[in-house]
Amino acid sequence: MIQKSIQTILALCVLLNIAAAPANSPTGYVPDDQAIDFKLKNTDGKMISLASYPKAKGAIVVFTCNHCPFSQAYEQRIIELHKQFAPKGYPVIAINPNDKTRSPEDSYENMVIRAREKKYPFAYLYDESQEIAKTYGATRTPHVYLLQKKGNQFIVVYTGAIDDNSEEPEAVTEKFVSNAIQQLLASKPVTKATTKAIGCSIKWRK
Amino acid sequence: MKMNPKLFFLMLIVAFAYHQTHAQKVGLVNKEWIDAMSQNASDTTYIINFWATWCKPCVEELPAFETIQKKYKDEKVKVVLVSCDFKKQLDSRVVPFIKTNGLKSEVVLMNETDPNSWIDRVDSRFSGAIPATLIVNGSKQFRFFKEGELTLTELDTIVSPLTK
Repeated sequence: MIQKSIQTILALCVLLNIAAAPANSPTGYVPDDQAIDFKLKNTDGKMISLASYPKAKGAIVVFTCNHCPFSQAYEQRIIELHKQFAPKGYPVIAINPNDKTRSPEDSYENMVIRAREKKYPFAYLYDESQEIAKTYGATRTPHVYLLQKKGNQFIVVYTGAIDDNSEEPEAVTEKFVSNAIQQLLASKPVTKATTKAIGCSIKWRK
Repeated sequence: MKMNPKLFFLMLIVAFAYHQTHAQKVGLVNKEWIDAMSQNASDTTYIINFWATWCKPCVEELPAFETIQKKYKDEKVKVVLVSCDFKKQLDSRVVPFIKTNGLKSEVVLMNETDPNSWIDRVDSRFSGAIPATLIVNGSKQFRFFKEGELTLTELDTIVSPLTK
């Protein structure tokens, strides 16, 4: 009887923990973790995975969206990152994880419109189930996970912000993502592997 | 009807003076301010909420913070709403927002360009997603942090015992 109660309590704890995870927890990937691959719908209708880039040395996975002013402030910089680093083996893969009911501006249809209007040179994927954002541990947009390919595995080498000034691109003093890729390309360890930034909280399904 | 230009001018001055005294002033704060707030030893309960005018869930929970400030206005409870809006939008967005919504709680703007330099000073669990709220009472050695929304009931459950 007592044992059964304990079991029930334990089960409850586990349940509650899982339910609370997306809103307020440090779970998710940290540098050196192995990232899972995904298969998500691009704005051109095709399904895209990390495996869709067989020649890549890694990927700049950016959780971002249409509506968030910080994502908009970084939009051009994300395009530049792709133009600069896709030819060197690090393409941008943008993923929108927001629930369309809570944030209609971030629906798949609106993603298609935005990608077309802004001529995104990179894949812009819809994480409709929000499973990828949850597994990676994304909490806000924009939120970067820089991955490096080792054999068939994708290893997280950096998580966080794109640079140190969201408001004024011309006043940036440290380009976190760019610096990390330069270090990878020079076969050096990434010296700054985690940063934090203010962003729009991901709109989890309620 | 023609108005006396002198009278019109006088009225303009009065209206301006009224506006100046009643328009809420938004102070600028920095990372040292965060340290001072989170490490203060006073017996006041500080409720520090990180928000922005463009953040929908933040805006939705503001009335709860306003209600708490009003409810405990005679107690040592102080709500500070820390705007994470861009500094260049202080006059174009933040100030008009305060006016339109009639916010009575103190509003300050985070005047740091690199968020990475101050987010951890709030709490190591703070990832940077807003809304987020820090509640501290130095003399009671009380500290609460949540990234995500808070309801009025949740807030009151935390604040009420601290006033006793």
